[in-house]
Amino acid sequence: MKRAIITVVGKDTVGIIAKVCTYLADEKINILDISQTIVSGFFNMMMIVDITDITEGFGKLQDDLSRLGEGIGVNIKCQKEEIFEMMNRI
Amino acid sequence: MINIFEVAETNKMIEEENLDVRTITMGISLMDCVSSDLSVLKKNIYEKIYESAKDIVKVGDEIGHDFGIPIVNKRISVTPIATVGSAACKTSSDYVELARTLDEAAKKVNVNFIGGYSALVSKAMTPPEELLIKSIPEALSVTDRVCSSVNLGSTRCGINMDAVRLMGEIIKKTAEATRDNDSLGCAKLVVFCNAPDDNPFMAGAFHGFTEGDKVINVGVSGPGVVKRALENIHGESFEVLCETIKKTAFKVTRVGQLVAKEASERLNVPFGIVDLSLAPTPAIGDSVADILCEMGLEYAGAPGTTAALALLNDNVKKGGVMASSSVGGLSGAFIPVSEDQGMINAVNAGALSLEKLEAMTCVCSVGLDMIAIPGDTPDTTISGIIADEMAIGMINQKTTAVRIIPVIGKGVGETVEFGGLLGYAPIMPVNKFSCEEFIKREGRIPAPVHSFKN
Repeated sequence: MKRAIITVVGKDTVGIIAKVCTYLADEKINILDISQTIVSGFFNMMMIVDITDITEGFGKLQDDLSRLGEGIGVNIKCQKEEIFEMMNRI
Repeated sequence: MINIFEVAETNKMIEEENLDVRTITMGISLMDCVSSDLSVLKKNIYEKIYESAKDIVKVGDEIGHDFGIPIVNKRISVTPIATVGSAACKTSSDYVELARTLDEAAKKVNVNFIGGYSALVSKAMTPPEELLIKSIPEALSVTDRVCSSVNLGSTRCGINMDAVRLMGEIIKKTAEATRDNDSLGCAKLVVFCNAPDDNPFMAGAFHGFTEGDKVINVGVSGPGVVKRALENIHGESFEVLCETIKKTAFKVTRVGQLVAKEASERLNVPFGIVDLSLAPTPAIGDSVADILCEMGLEYAGAPGTTAALALLNDNVKKGGVMASSSVGGLSGAFIPVSEDQGMINAVNAGALSLEKLEAMTCVCSVGLDMIAIPGDTPDTTISGIIADEMAIGMINQKTTAVRIIPVIGKGVGETVEFGGLLGYAPIMPVNKFSCEEFIKREGRIPAPVHSFKN
């Protein structure tokens, strides 16, 4: 399974998770884990998603999510999971 | 599974603390290009570099995008050109032709530097090697992306003092040839003792004779990450200090290992080494000197600096070595002056002298790096500075280097601007006493007693 990490950081507002999840559902991307905190009014979310079956390339997924974030007013990043695994697991 | 705090920490390192992969460098052997016909040789070299490296920039950018980590430079190193051109080049001008070919190939594949306009002369020079060395001033003034290096000594062979004397002259001539650009040519020229075959960093990268046909070497960086980690343990013991550096270096190096593995797979070129260096840039917060200050020094150069740097260098290696399957290159902390805002501040405050920098090179990963000196410094004095640095490397069985810039037309108190990653530098005073008679002696300094290990 190939996994990616989506992070959403920005000012808290209604419907952030809904919009991201709707996009992922439309793209048939399964969410494996989701966690979220609010730090001094700022919304922090991390999702681990399964990207094994994406059809149109990882670059497009990154660009779409980034654009979606701009629409909501938050910063959305999508990175392949290995960088976090490598740095934090022996 | 990875948790939100680990993800946040990694992204903070990248976004706020300047963590990046400094370079993916593809080493390319040019031995199969050799011909006694100069035009055939040039064609072979251009084609081999193009075919080998045409995708390196694209692949490097893709990897950076996939993992969300900047990969700042994509570069090429080649077999030392003195040897590659030895059958075809009858004059120094012939070698300059090869430099132009390297420059064209580098521009075609869009890498920002190509290293390997080099000669390895630690014991003696062959006539072609001498021709290449004498061509360096012109080669660096008519090209943009070519970097040159000369290995002048080693623990096994001693120091080639004839070449040391010659390089003093060549560095000055290179400064003269590029005087309209503040003697920038000298920023692309480095001399070594014990030069490694697999160094991915410029200006000293070349593809050594121990290497295979092609190889991917990666240089990581991250002084800002180390400094930020040390900010959290202010006033703690040396044990805590060392542990913190090791853990941070481990994480930084793991990124390099990941990128190197990916680049190797995607380019179908074997992985060589990760060079786990702390390489500063002029950007605020990306300074090795600032790490030393964070340890408790008022400025880099204050008493205690050599000890602090030794501690840093050793713990970067200890932390990094387990993070990669193969570590090599220069690996340690770089202490360039012009590329490090903290070093520049130390020089301007009067805290850091050339002599203290020399002491620091005994324990850092390389040597006297990116130091601007007055343009009227005699050739023999430059050779003397080089000889001292080579001796430190030879006796201590470590790599040392000199990349020094005599800025023509400028003196102490003035500043020289190189731009970009090379930064700017205050011109530092040089000891005025002469070493001319010492440098004029011919021959070499024989290998030290501890070289006899057989």
